[in-house]
Amino acid sequence: MGKVHDVADDNTTFGSGAAVPRVVIVDDHRLFRSGVRGELGNAVEVIGEAGDVDGAVHVISEHQPDLVLLDVHLPGGGGVEVLRRVLSHHPDIKFLALSVSDAAEDVIGVVRGGARGYVTKTISGKELADAIVRVADGDAVFSPRLAGFVLDAFAATDSPPMDPELDRLTQREREVLRLIARGYAYKEVAKELFISVKTVETHVSSVLRKLQLSNRHELSRWATARKLL
Amino acid sequence: MAETAGETPRFYRARDGRLLAGVAAGLAQHLGIPPIVSRLALLALGFGGIGIAVYVVLVFFVPVEPETAQDTGEESGTPGKRRDVGRLLGYLALAAVLSMLFLVFGGMFDPLLWFLIFGALGAAVLWQQANPALRDEWVSTTALPSRKGWVRIGAGVLLIVIGVIGFLVFQQQLQEARTGLTFAATMLAGISLIAAPWIVGLVRERDRERRERIRNQERAELAAHIHDSVLHTLTLIQRRADDPREVQRLARVQERALRSWLYQRPADADTTVKPALERVAAEVEESHGVPIEVVCVGDGPIDDGIRAELQASREAMVNASKYAGADSISVFGEVEPKEVLIFVRDRGQGFDLDAVPDDRMGVRGSIIGRMKRHGGEARVRTAPGEGTEVQLRMPRIPEFG
Repeated sequence: MGKVHDVADDNTTFGSGAAVPRVVIVDDHRLFRSGVRGELGNAVEVIGEAGDVDGAVHVISEHQPDLVLLDVHLPGGGGVEVLRRVLSHHPDIKFLALSVSDAAEDVIGVVRGGARGYVTKTISGKELADAIVRVADGDAVFSPRLAGFVLDAFAATDSPPMDPELDRLTQREREVLRLIARGYAYKEVAKELFISVKTVETHVSSVLRKLQLSNRHELSRWATARKLL
Repeated sequence: MAETAGETPRFYRARDGRLLAGVAAGLAQHLGIPPIVSRLALLALGFGGIGIAVYVVLVFFVPVEPETAQDTGEESGTPGKRRDVGRLLGYLALAAVLSMLFLVFGGMFDPLLWFLIFGALGAAVLWQQANPALRDEWVSTTALPSRKGWVRIGAGVLLIVIGVIGFLVFQQQLQEARTGLTFAATMLAGISLIAAPWIVGLVRERDRERRERIRNQERAELAAHIHDSVLHTLTLIQRRADDPREVQRLARVQERALRSWLYQRPADADTTVKPALERVAAEVEESHGVPIEVVCVGDGPIDDGIRAELQASREAMVNASKYAGADSISVFGEVEPKEVLIFVRDRGQGFDLDAVPDDRMGVRGSIIGRMKRHGGEARVRTAPGEGTEVQLRMPRIPEFG
């Protein structure tokens, strides 16, 4: 509820005529899986479910879905382990992480592991469906909280960046993230900054790439980086 | 080395000005006897050089006493310390045996005597080295000494062995001693071989027990917490099942409590911005029932201006909860080096700012006016049907920057 407004009001990619994305749901709570399945309705096609890491890897390899809805906490190594084992063989499968956890190390960990977005489990069915479509289309989905974590991680530090291209956010990217953290949808961000929605998506994807590739100390050792300025 | 080192006063340390090098007093305190006894004992042993050797070794291996409140206590035995009769007897027996050996062998240059003396001394040092708590644990097989302790013990053993050999070499007794040393070494190796599996088993057992105990403690703590919070809330929810709003409120409150318990470091909501903002949001949410999502970037100390800003943000959240009719409210705080920004946003019905009557204190007084008085600024962006965003900006006092 409210966490992913960035996708809620923006239907530019939704219903664009493409076939509905084929989705595998990975979560160790059966009740939650069936709940999500019900909420998603016809917006996506759920082609498989799994409750642990091994099962997930098996189901994903077998069905080759467009997108995997991945729980961060899973028996057998967690969502990160699923990402590691699947992406090495099927780099084109998209992952959207889903968790009740608000811990930065969980969120950042799974995004760095290869997930293209992160939403919390309190998300509404419609918002989740929108987020799935967006990620399946190759975009990134940032919740306000993830945007906040990223701003924190890329906050100015005294130490010079090792790789300026990857270790720093541009002014524009920073502005986009700030607006997302304030609860703005992509469309609203675009309007606020006088840019197109497509440009907003480009900025967010670029931030995602930096998040995954940068070797910033704050990202690799997030727990300590969370300390006060 | 023993003869010269024992007499020089350079072993005085920054102890609480107790005695020579604190060894006799420390020993006395350790044993719970008057210092004069330990000093006499050392003196008696000193005849022949053994006491001096003991003294020197103790100076090296007895750590400096940590500073405590009762450091000024007089020399007679401290009442607070436990009397360890067994250890006292051990030392007495050691002294007696040494004296007897000395008499029997009739001279300090007998290598076998020296081996025995140093062996006993080594044992004494190691015993001394273990602090009482640790020693109890050795006896009750529950914990390992620290790594540093092991190093020190190892160094003690090594030094003793080197001392023995060096002394014997100096006295040109090595040839004669070799037989005894070989014998002793063989014995030692044999005993080690016999005892090793047993000791290893003991250590493992002790380790396992300790881990088990820690685990049980954690489990008990967790159970207590779950019982006090989650089970309690679940009971309440079952009772109020007919009131969806209350059920939702209870669930939210519990969720937040559990979340902060699981994921957040204990932070002081009175001194830094982030926990303070989260607390404000939690309080407003609890009293008005509209979920508030807080994202805060950075953190910093609270000063008067920021306190006013937090109050203004509370007012904005209350307004949004009461009038906007939104499902949820987004709060974003950003602590920058020079200013603190807080945004309170809802997607509710919005309102026409110009149409708000001047006497309505909410926005003008509690938010805009308050921010201005403290040197900050507030902006309200709203229009009917487009939700509302209150933007607060407060400069930070440079000394905190």
